[in-house]
Amino acid sequence: MSDTPGRAQRDRPWIMRTYAGHSTAAASNALYRTNLSRGQTGLSVAFDLPTQTGYDADHPLARGEVGKVGVPIAHLGDMRTLFAELPLDRMNTSMTINATAPWLLALYVALAEERGTPLEALRGTTQNDVVKEYLSRGTYVFPPTPSLQLTTDVIAFTVEHAPKWNPINICSYHLQEAGATPVQELAYALATAIAVLDAARERVPAEAFPNVVGRISFFVNAGIRFVEEMCKLRAFVDLWDRVCRERYGVEDPKLRRFRYGVQVNSLGLTEQQPENNIVRIVLEMLAVTLSKDARARAVQLPAWNEALGLPRPWDQQWSLRAQQILAFETDLLENPDLFTGSVVVEKKTAELRDAAWAEVEDVLARGGAIAAVESGYVKQRLVESNAARLRRIEAGEQVVVGVNEYQEFTPSPLVADLDEAILTVDPAVEAAQVAALERWRAERDADAAARALDALKEAAGAGTELMRPSIAAAKAGVTTGEWAAALREVYGEYRAPTGVSGAATTKTSSDAATVDTLRSELRSLADTLGRRPKMLVGKPGLDGHSNGAEQIAIKARDVGFDVVYEGIRVTPAQIARAAAEEGVHLVGLSILSGSHMSLVPEVLAAMRAAGSDAPVVVGGIIPTSDAEALRAQGVARVYTPKDFALDDIMRDLVALLRERAT
Amino acid sequence: MSDTFVSAPDAPELAARVRARDRAAIARALNLVEDRREPARAATSALLDALVDADDATHRVGLTGPPGVGKSTLAGALARGLRARGRTVGVVAIDPSSVASGGALLGDRARMSFDPDDEGVFVRSLATEGHAGGLSWAAPAAAAVLSAAFDIVLVETTGVGQTETDVRHAVDTVVLVIQPGSGDALQFLKAGVMEIPDVLAVNKCDQPQATRALADLRSALATARSAGVQIEASGPAVLGVSAQEPTSGDGLEALLDALDAHRESLGAALASRRADGALAWTLQLFTRLHGDHGVAVLGGPSALSAAARAALADAAPPSACARLSKQYLAHVRA
Repeated sequence: MSDTPGRAQRDRPWIMRTYAGHSTAAASNALYRTNLSRGQTGLSVAFDLPTQTGYDADHPLARGEVGKVGVPIAHLGDMRTLFAELPLDRMNTSMTINATAPWLLALYVALAEERGTPLEALRGTTQNDVVKEYLSRGTYVFPPTPSLQLTTDVIAFTVEHAPKWNPINICSYHLQEAGATPVQELAYALATAIAVLDAARERVPAEAFPNVVGRISFFVNAGIRFVEEMCKLRAFVDLWDRVCRERYGVEDPKLRRFRYGVQVNSLGLTEQQPENNIVRIVLEMLAVTLSKDARARAVQLPAWNEALGLPRPWDQQWSLRAQQILAFETDLLENPDLFTGSVVVEKKTAELRDAAWAEVEDVLARGGAIAAVESGYVKQRLVESNAARLRRIEAGEQVVVGVNEYQEFTPSPLVADLDEAILTVDPAVEAAQVAALERWRAERDADAAARALDALKEAAGAGTELMRPSIAAAKAGVTTGEWAAALREVYGEYRAPTGVSGAATTKTSSDAATVDTLRSELRSLADTLGRRPKMLVGKPGLDGHSNGAEQIAIKARDVGFDVVYEGIRVTPAQIARAAAEEGVHLVGLSILSGSHMSLVPEVLAAMRAAGSDAPVVVGGIIPTSDAEALRAQGVARVYTPKDFALDDIMRDLVALLRERAT
Repeated sequence: MSDTFVSAPDAPELAARVRARDRAAIARALNLVEDRREPARAATSALLDALVDADDATHRVGLTGPPGVGKSTLAGALARGLRARGRTVGVVAIDPSSVASGGALLGDRARMSFDPDDEGVFVRSLATEGHAGGLSWAAPAAAAVLSAAFDIVLVETTGVGQTETDVRHAVDTVVLVIQPGSGDALQFLKAGVMEIPDVLAVNKCDQPQATRALADLRSALATARSAGVQIEASGPAVLGVSAQEPTSGDGLEALLDALDAHRESLGAALASRRADGALAWTLQLFTRLHGDHGVAVLGGPSALSAAARAALADAAPPSACARLSKQYLAHVRA
């Protein structure tokens, strides 16, 4: 080793990104330029939920969501603004976009062609993994079969025209967020990759197929158990090599390399003593960087205050600095793989690999990832695992510092003024975006746009590839909502299995005595009310992160509620209607996208109009001042991530109903 | 709470509002028929008596079949198809209660999509609460309420298999839904364990094995017929349908036509079928209250049935049962 620290032969560091984008294309462009000037080496574009689910800002479902969790991109004009003064041939742009991935890529390609940038020079990633949207993230639009076709269209197009582009990032990340164990995370991600590659093999020439395999990349998660997580990634490397060799006969080892990016775990970040999260984030980063043989190619870290609300630029900078210190100050990159030959690491890796492979074979026996998603099998397994995880935390078997241990603390000056410690999006952004959209539609060649949409629909109906008609539509000024509406017309809209109906009952109880008490309280409440207490769990808006809603629904069933759960993306009007038709005693809303201040009052008003006076409780990432405002408007209870004990929530709900019954 | 108490004397007014398809009144009537408290039982009897209609033109359709075949999705597709034909639709969807907790996840609604502003559709989910037979104890009463307000009422069972016979008594037309590649329903039909439904629908008919499934069904019916099971010459209609988007619509119109055709074919038999259903419901209520002892006290099964038919002449089953109960208590006290 060299004796001049920091100047030795070093490996090239991973690409450092910050998941960013909010409000408008112009505001996001300014943010990107700042981040790049501070040493960030890649862009990671966060789109808002309407863009991800194929709605324009003026659609009723977009209300309250425009510019919230990312940037709204409605047309080529927005794309021009987003990348103003950013040379596309020198960017490495990762886009977190799935159901509408072909469209956003079409806009990016149209922009490149307009600027004269050769497509061969484009580098970056479209996430483009719809399977995990059905299972966890919720921004799917179309049914599985046409979705898989769109996925493979993106792959076939980029392999031919933009060979440095990563057309798909198979996401095990969101599986872990949905509760997957390391074995499940490995198995379901590999099963997804197999489904995608099997489909792609049908649509590309045989000689191009090894290159298609070589362009598959993964987006993984790293949790706090960082030794096991590191072994998980070593197992991933082995398993991917096996799949490429044995299933697809890829001979070139370079095309079999397991290439992955990572965002470390957000699920384990806590609202309590949130400053501790930066320590969790750094430890989780070690899992994906320490071992050279399974090191991430790109890393993005969450911000310490994500459990409180949207992070500000300073919060993201802190996470970026953590990466830079690891890569440039420490001696990590001066060393070969640290764990080759380690008995412990190799044994753990082998265990994970073998268990995961058995699960892959099980899914394949069920007809593969798509069939196992459609039947609800995979979703149900994830919901059960997540319930088990929550139970361990509630029972104290899994320590979370500041949550179920070491709760005593000195208040952090970082959160002295909580409302200042997060970013809020100006509500005027939505109106401005709607106005800009109207201007865009008025100024474009309406006939050309209509013709492009017709051509798109025709291609979709005929089952031919859709990238070319999408690029033509992008150039003709078609909008995101129009593109998706055209395909909705052809393919229909999908509703994925919720996974809650079949989920096993017994494992969710942290403490049998508590559950018995709750059940007998529910029985007694049923006697008072005349029928069993009935609860509607509603997930209004476009936010598809359904873990919270699912766990509440299952827990409520397990203590004896009758629970109506309609899945994600329901409108306030649908919730009010269901509450009235079903005669529920209680409505629980779950909202994680930060749009609670517009959605909750809408639900309350719609319920009043429908004649339902059931009390409404809300759960989500809700800042204290918003919680107060919601209570003032008539919300009976507000729960935030710090209310992790489901038994306590249930006890509180029973008390609420008891109070109102007497 | 939303369960504003309804007293028996208010029943005619509530019944009138239900008939006028007042959505708040329908919801209130459904809350009432689910209410187990004693005064609510009396009010329910009065309400259902007030809803009895000799010329009831509502078509009641039961959807039954094994779990996972897509009954809810099909119910949603049928509701959309019926709305397109200008008919209003009430749906009673039943899900099983957990044995351990008594609670239930009512997930059927999630699989039915329809226009959220359409006032011509009304969906109510019920839990079985330990009631065997594929329905919930309140399901027949809920179906009666919705029948007073809508042109067609769909009753979707839990899908527990061959034991779901209750639905026959609650509806005019029974549709057995199965999917390609599932052999259970076929075996039950062949063995004569399952009663012959009025319409057989093979869902997910876009799947490759669907043609085979349709052929298997027809041969199972032939086998049952040759084994001596009573099946009318016209036989039950056997149809393929696809309820899942984007193929929804495949076979749906034919299924809607088959439902209408069955209802038409019942003719005069409709009245006796409904009378049988009301009788079965009355006897079920009575035996739950008084058991075998009650049946014996009132002179055995046929005497009890005769008494029940007499009581049903001018009352709905819960009132008829109340009259029988009175007779029983008089005997016991005497």
